[in-house]
Amino acid sequence: MSEQTPVEVRNVSKTFKDVKALDDVNLQLDSHKIYGLLGRNGAGKTTLMSILTGQGFPDAGEVKVFGHTPFEHDATLSRICFIRESQKYPDEYKAFQAFKAAALFFENWDEQLAQELIADFNLPLKRKIKKLSRGQLSAVGVVIGLASRAEVTFFDEPYLGLDAVARQIFYDRLVEDFAEYPRTIVLSSHLIDEVANLLEHVIIIDSGRIVMDEDAESLQGAAVTISGKADVVEEFVADYPVIHRDSLGALASVSIQQRLTPAQQAEARELGLELSPMSLQQLVVRTAMGRNVLAAHQDQAKERASWNA
Amino acid sequence: MIDDSKPIFIQIAELIENDIFSGVLAEEGQVPSTNEFAAFYRINPATAAKGINKLVEEGLLYKKRGIGMFVAQGAPERLRQKRRQKFNDQYVQPLAAEAGKLGIGAEELMDMIKSAQPIIDAGPGGSRHV
Repeated sequence: MSEQTPVEVRNVSKTFKDVKALDDVNLQLDSHKIYGLLGRNGAGKTTLMSILTGQGFPDAGEVKVFGHTPFEHDATLSRICFIRESQKYPDEYKAFQAFKAAALFFENWDEQLAQELIADFNLPLKRKIKKLSRGQLSAVGVVIGLASRAEVTFFDEPYLGLDAVARQIFYDRLVEDFAEYPRTIVLSSHLIDEVANLLEHVIIIDSGRIVMDEDAESLQGAAVTISGKADVVEEFVADYPVIHRDSLGALASVSIQQRLTPAQQAEARELGLELSPMSLQQLVVRTAMGRNVLAAHQDQAKERASWNA
Repeated sequence: MIDDSKPIFIQIAELIENDIFSGVLAEEGQVPSTNEFAAFYRINPATAAKGINKLVEEGLLYKKRGIGMFVAQGAPERLRQKRRQKFNDQYVQPLAAEAGKLGIGAEELMDMIKSAQPIIDAGPGGSRHV
């Protein structure tokens, strides 16, 4: 395996008609890491992955996968696997034919793993793919994505239609196989809480821009929600960066992006405040929406201040 | 088991510490591998490795090359010392703060603690709330 950075993205922009799908994106994906590519629908996740896998062009900027522009570069493409949310297969294909084709294309294909996964998901091999249920179609993608053992694998919302049991099979198999065969895996998902513990690095994209690009570790416990009597809460959070505010009568609940020391936590409890850690999912929701919400609050605060003056 | 309060590798390290302290993982006993931890807790293997390495750096676990990870001699005793030091901060101070909020005076609190004497006397393993 090569030592070079698997994926590099520099100043990439892409516009569809009047929609800026990607806006000056800069990114690097390292080997042997599981990434979460998170964001709302229409944020640009799929567009970014399409460009990274040579299925689309950027309007501006540069993408390098193993040092090459991926588009029509066979040697590079055989090292990348992209499982789309609505992956298309040739009309007359049956499931086993899709697996056969994948086995030919991906040099690291593991047939035994494929067979195990097919059994796990109870996939009917001889049925035409277009006759499969939504969940079975997703399972076909999961089998190909995992068994391909491609050095860079993208899963775009891989769990659509999969029930809770099947999703757990996917996560378990992913951890297990990744532990034995480390590679670069990108999970695009909005079921964030389900995958949060699997991720080593988190990338959040919003309206075509990367709004967060951080190690998962630095996000765990990085934000906390403080609730209690509004005046006490406000006084406590005064010096911290606030990411969200809720209030109910005399009570307030304010989330801050700050890792509190045990002494600070003890201080908060002594003031009668409740502390609760913010999950990655909440953090993503607040980050993706945060700028607008925060701006609105600051405007309100200014307004109040001007009334009081 | 795993929550959002702090980095997962720290939580993994704490879970293993608990097991060493309570004897679930015996001194000189073998500890599950990084990949086994990752699969069991459904976390990233790199995160599990980081948690284990933290304990190696603290001398609580040690590596036998090619065989695996083991609990160091004296690890439970070292953990006991560490926890005794933290006991005041972790339990007594919050206890006192909550008592204050509830209007429980120092004397009443002392009485409550005295009534817990049998649990205290039972010592390790006497009461398993964890």
